[in-house]
Amino acid sequence: MNLDAKIPSGPLDKKWEKCLLEMKLVNPANKRKFEVIVVGTGLAGASAAATMAELGYGVKSFCFQDSPRRAHSIAAQGGINAAKNYQNDGDSIHRLFYDTIKGGDYRAREANVYRLAQTSVKIIDQCVAQGVPFAREYGGLLANRSFGGAQVSRTFYARGQTGQQLLIGAYQALERQIGLGNIRMFPRTEMLDLVLVNGHAKGIVVRDLVTGEISSHSADAVILATGGYGNVFYLSTNAVGCNVTAIWRAYKRGAFMANPCYTQIHPTCIPVSGDHQSKLTLMSESLRNDGRVWVPKVKGDKRSAHQIPENERDYFLERKYPSYGNLAPRDISSRAAKEACDDGRGVGPGGLGVYLDFADAIKRLGADKIRERYDNLFVMYETITGENAFEVPMRIYPAVHYTMGGLWVDYHLMSNIPGLFVLGEANFSDHGANRLGASALMQGLADGYFVAPYTVGNYFATNSVPRPSTNHAEFKKIEAEIHHRTQNLLSINGKRTPTSFHRELGKLMWENCGMARTDESLRINLKKIPELREEFWRDVTVTGANNSLNQALEQAGRVADFLEFGELTSRDALERKESCGGHFRTEFQTAEGEALRDDENFAHVAAWEFQGEGKTPLLHKEPLVFEELKMSQRSYK
Amino acid sequence: MNLTLKIWRQKDRNTTGEFVTCQARNILPDMSFLEMLDVVNEDLTRSGHEPFAFDSDCREGICGTCSLVINGIPHGGQKGATACQLHMRHFRDGQTITVEPWRAKSFPVLRDLVVDRSAFDHIIASGGFVSVNTGGAPDGNALPVGKVDADQAMDAAACIGCGACVAACKNASAMLFVAAKVAHLGLLPQGQSERYQRVVKMVNMMDQEGFGACTATGSCEAVCPKEISLDFIAQLNRDYLVGCLKP
Repeated sequence: MNLDAKIPSGPLDKKWEKCLLEMKLVNPANKRKFEVIVVGTGLAGASAAATMAELGYGVKSFCFQDSPRRAHSIAAQGGINAAKNYQNDGDSIHRLFYDTIKGGDYRAREANVYRLAQTSVKIIDQCVAQGVPFAREYGGLLANRSFGGAQVSRTFYARGQTGQQLLIGAYQALERQIGLGNIRMFPRTEMLDLVLVNGHAKGIVVRDLVTGEISSHSADAVILATGGYGNVFYLSTNAVGCNVTAIWRAYKRGAFMANPCYTQIHPTCIPVSGDHQSKLTLMSESLRNDGRVWVPKVKGDKRSAHQIPENERDYFLERKYPSYGNLAPRDISSRAAKEACDDGRGVGPGGLGVYLDFADAIKRLGADKIRERYDNLFVMYETITGENAFEVPMRIYPAVHYTMGGLWVDYHLMSNIPGLFVLGEANFSDHGANRLGASALMQGLADGYFVAPYTVGNYFATNSVPRPSTNHAEFKKIEAEIHHRTQNLLSINGKRTPTSFHRELGKLMWENCGMARTDESLRINLKKIPELREEFWRDVTVTGANNSLNQALEQAGRVADFLEFGELTSRDALERKESCGGHFRTEFQTAEGEALRDDENFAHVAAWEFQGEGKTPLLHKEPLVFEELKMSQRSYK
Repeated sequence: MNLTLKIWRQKDRNTTGEFVTCQARNILPDMSFLEMLDVVNEDLTRSGHEPFAFDSDCREGICGTCSLVINGIPHGGQKGATACQLHMRHFRDGQTITVEPWRAKSFPVLRDLVVDRSAFDHIIASGGFVSVNTGGAPDGNALPVGKVDADQAMDAAACIGCGACVAACKNASAMLFVAAKVAHLGLLPQGQSERYQRVVKMVNMMDQEGFGACTATGSCEAVCPKEISLDFIAQLNRDYLVGCLKP
């Protein structure tokens, strides 16, 4: 199997232009003859669905939430990057490209990232035109802030609700097309399988989450924009509904899963308060602009923050990374916090936390300025913890936040299955081994507004497999398989709840495949996860019936897929015998404790091919070639 | 702490529901209200009973999915917070808590505490947008927006579409929801060209979906987790009037 990324030849800054020119177009009069299925209505899915409909294609859009406006992009707080250089501080497309490649620890494709940086400027224009209420300066121009992993101010924001406002923009564009009759929307509908006809992705099988009805939908192409798989860790900053099912089903139908071990741990989350915890809450990384991270210098210091004098505090990020300080990239900041806590200097319950202190910023700028910048975050913190961060420093701890891995896609964002496109967090393409802050929103919208509408059109214009009827035998076969699986889940009648399995899996993942991984810990997972999976299918209890709204059944299906996916993630982490970005193997680190890459042996994308139930998946490697940049040891000192 | 819940059970859209009583045991003050329900549901599932269906997703107060009326108040009465951000430290050991779904003709109950809010989507689809296609937008800084206007538009745009305003209103009016969108887009220069058609279309759709009329009692504002101001309804009324008078 040859993994051809179809990267255009020629100079880096001309590749996308060349690609656009070479792609075949669909005649405007013929566009309505083509139908595309879009699964997921987050930034990538909603923007793709709306744009494809605007172009004249028939679109069917699916989401499991009650409304397309609820997708988890909504929770992104901090901002969206764009190389506008509005602040005249030396930003450029090339600099955003460089920061993203470097931030991703040289494990992303140059061509994709360069296109992302080029597209970033158009995203801001588009969103402004839609009425997204970005923050403004008094003169009326757009405001920017700086963000982790960058030395320029290129982040656009809408208070602490940037994700929400961008999603509402895309959602409104989507609803406009629904109102015009160009999109058929299926909320509360979950994709349970992908259907291939003659080797091309031509449809999906879904379950209506209200009636339980299983039905098939066919199309000329399928776009998956179903988000990340962070909930394999049970506790993460993802919404509780986020799941791996759509991309996992596609994997089991032949799509390659790339770099699943690249998971990002976010440094600024509210620490866990107990076993009942159902999710973790992130505090935007933008807080690190004005907050200073510290722990006591002495182990086991039980004094309150106020009682610890300045000279007994260790501002460890500023000490270790003087030039980036509190704005060091996410993986580096997270690991530094973990090290401080492992060293017995953590604060708060269980010693699993570090301080994020605004006292200096409040002194310098005044409380009003800080309130204006971060008000909703301070409110959120107080609501959850009962503490006022204007008076006592926040306590933060790293938590799983984003997953850089996902289905393998080429430069056209098409997977190895023709006709299957994967956008946003669901694909693996742009962030390498670590994503920089404010880049997820950028990628989701770049993929949906400005890449897929062209490349899917090119597929329509060049492919020869017509849209099948849903009476095709393949649809019927897969519907039957889903009925069988559902009945199976409902009839086990065991003793353990789906949640208890999910929590146990999460614990295995966090402990053995979390912030730091070892050969030994990963092998534990490869043994224990299959055992847990076997126990699940023997002893899970799923109450209720198939023909009604049944949240236990929904959850059980998702947990079953996580139980398979967790094993693949651990296998990928075991196979990658180096440390890079969010993947930190304890065996591979520099004398200073930084991630030690092995560019000779691991400068590749690891793409896994399903080989059948119970069989070891097959690893394919796509070499990463750096023509523009030289791979170097990441340094934020 | 231990609590008694009087909680709504309803099989589906077409069946009549009823309150049932159940116990919530070993609840900790740091749990969110939804985590308390998780505990109840886990206990029910383990003993072979069906858990209560309730909607939630982000559990950090921004997605607008959760939709619980707690002790008669949508989202439970904590100022500026959704039910997922309501923590059990605000309740007392031994307390009885009633939990029911949004009550509004336009939000039919689908099961237990889960309601159908697609009427809100229909209102947005009727005109709650700026009609620009992807591509061709001018430079973001080509259209300056004064900070005051931008901030006010943001205040309105903060609506998360949860529907608490409808649930709190004795007429089940959606005026605050519609007003927030009308104000968000109407305050920005980008929204001007469709300003008056937009408001008329959205209000007509609101009526068509069966939402009631505004009584200006302000219960919507009181329960809004994003504290959207009642003032926006005044702006809505003004724009609606102008929209109706325009030829």
